[in-house]
Amino acid sequence: MEIVQAGDSTVFVRFEDRVDVEVNRRVVALASRIDSMQVRGVRDVVPAYASIAIHFDPLRTDFEALIQVIESKARERASRQAEDGSPVSIPVCYDPECGPDLADVASRAGLSEREVIALHADRPYRVFMVGFLPGFAYLGLIDERIAAPRLSTPRLRVARGSVGIAGRQTGIYPVESPGGWRIIGRTPVSLFDVSRSQPSLFSAGDLVMFHAIDRSEFERLQATAR
Amino acid sequence: MRAFLRVVQPGLLTTVQDLGRWGWQSHGVPVAGAMDPYAHRLANALVGNSPNAATLEITLAGPLLECEDTRVIAITGAEFAVEVNDEPVPMNAPIVVAKGAPIRFKKRRRGARAYLAVDGGIDVPPLLGSRSTHVGARMGGHAGRALRAGDALPLSAPRTRPHPSGRFEVSPVLANDVTTLRIIPGPHGHYFESSVMDALTSSPYVLEPQSDRMGFRLRGVEIKPIAAAEMISQATIAGALQIPPSGQPILLMADRQTAGGYPILGSVISADVGRAAQLAPGDRISFSPCTRKEALAALLAVERRLLRLEERVSS
Repeated sequence: MEIVQAGDSTVFVRFEDRVDVEVNRRVVALASRIDSMQVRGVRDVVPAYASIAIHFDPLRTDFEALIQVIESKARERASRQAEDGSPVSIPVCYDPECGPDLADVASRAGLSEREVIALHADRPYRVFMVGFLPGFAYLGLIDERIAAPRLSTPRLRVARGSVGIAGRQTGIYPVESPGGWRIIGRTPVSLFDVSRSQPSLFSAGDLVMFHAIDRSEFERLQATAR
Repeated sequence: MRAFLRVVQPGLLTTVQDLGRWGWQSHGVPVAGAMDPYAHRLANALVGNSPNAATLEITLAGPLLECEDTRVIAITGAEFAVEVNDEPVPMNAPIVVAKGAPIRFKKRRRGARAYLAVDGGIDVPPLLGSRSTHVGARMGGHAGRALRAGDALPLSAPRTRPHPSGRFEVSPVLANDVTTLRIIPGPHGHYFESSVMDALTSSPYVLEPQSDRMGFRLRGVEIKPIAAAEMISQATIAGALQIPPSGQPILLMADRQTAGGYPILGSVISADVGRAAQLAPGDRISFSPCTRKEALAALLAVERRLLRLEERVSS
């Protein structure tokens, strides 16, 4: 575990720099313990795959005070871990219009688009973190054969509900936004809704599974979701 | 009796902002908030509001507004020519605006973003603890969007203390002319050659047209990582300089996404974030390295200045 300063108002706690379920379990547990302390001057505690960012007001606390908090919480024994639940099923339309990068991902992989879809859908993925935008769940790990790097220049606009790939991560854009992930499909499901008591559909530690639907089913579901 | 601030013409991009929606980034909720938090706080101080009262952030071309109540307002940040009832009014000063008098923003002279505070504050319903607007996520402020003609913004009751008269001298740091931004290198310096800070500080970068509240796209000396590494996603930082594979840096601003996978070469110090907010496409930025100690000293200096003003106004 490494503790690193970034800028004048953030501290990072870093674990082994890889996408790994056990590493992520430690991250999520430690972030939760630190957050529940409600340390004076801490504005936000943000867990990711293998790191935690602690954003603070440098006029109210400092790096030294936060190191102490982090080290003390890290020494605590983890409480009994909650079991992963059963996967939430998410419908995805993999048509070319819904997935403008599907052909590219297929050609990089030397596979047909059908094979890419078969490797992406119908298997459970862990929610490693929620971030980037409200309700954007980072899911993994996808099959190595269909992994693909981010676009070298991010798109200025990615459609709401777009399902993307970045490395061995997969995720869903909950709203239209700029984005660098390769888009292979689109879901009509709402990922984030402030009118719900739990606004974000997913939390770190949840399980998700995609299943393919056709374009007319996508249109139908999207119409009823509004 | 509830009074409203009416939007007759909205200007280019006018949104309700406060000091941001902190505490929800683990759910992916961006912080948003005033791009120039110092100008926002100054405007609030001048009308006697608390620092986190909601103001209007006004971008590049300003609105035409009318208030249903006689109120004190103040306008700070980017320098605009502003008229109330067709009479010019000063920036950076409390101004009494009679009920129904039109508040008209005219020519912009300097800077990009102005802040308008009304005595009492703009009282749109808070969302997850903040009145800030994040247009991309359609969250907060007035209906989660930029203001439009016909919008009516509820106002909180004005404070009952008398307002001081006269203008308040605003230090150059709070004004909006400067293009040098101090940065603290890291935390992903190991992704780059050791000479990368020399490259970054060697000549200015230009703000590209696609620059907005989420981030400024910069054009200038290319910064390439050592290897085309894909970083695993991690939390972003306010004022972070992200380096995508194209080598053209992106400066993350108030509406930035909460996490990302591009390496961060450095971040603009908190004291300089407000100055960055006063830049518009076509403007140029020079980066200058800074230590954490210097960053804190700069922030303390800005904070002291603001606190002194807040005290003067309330005395």
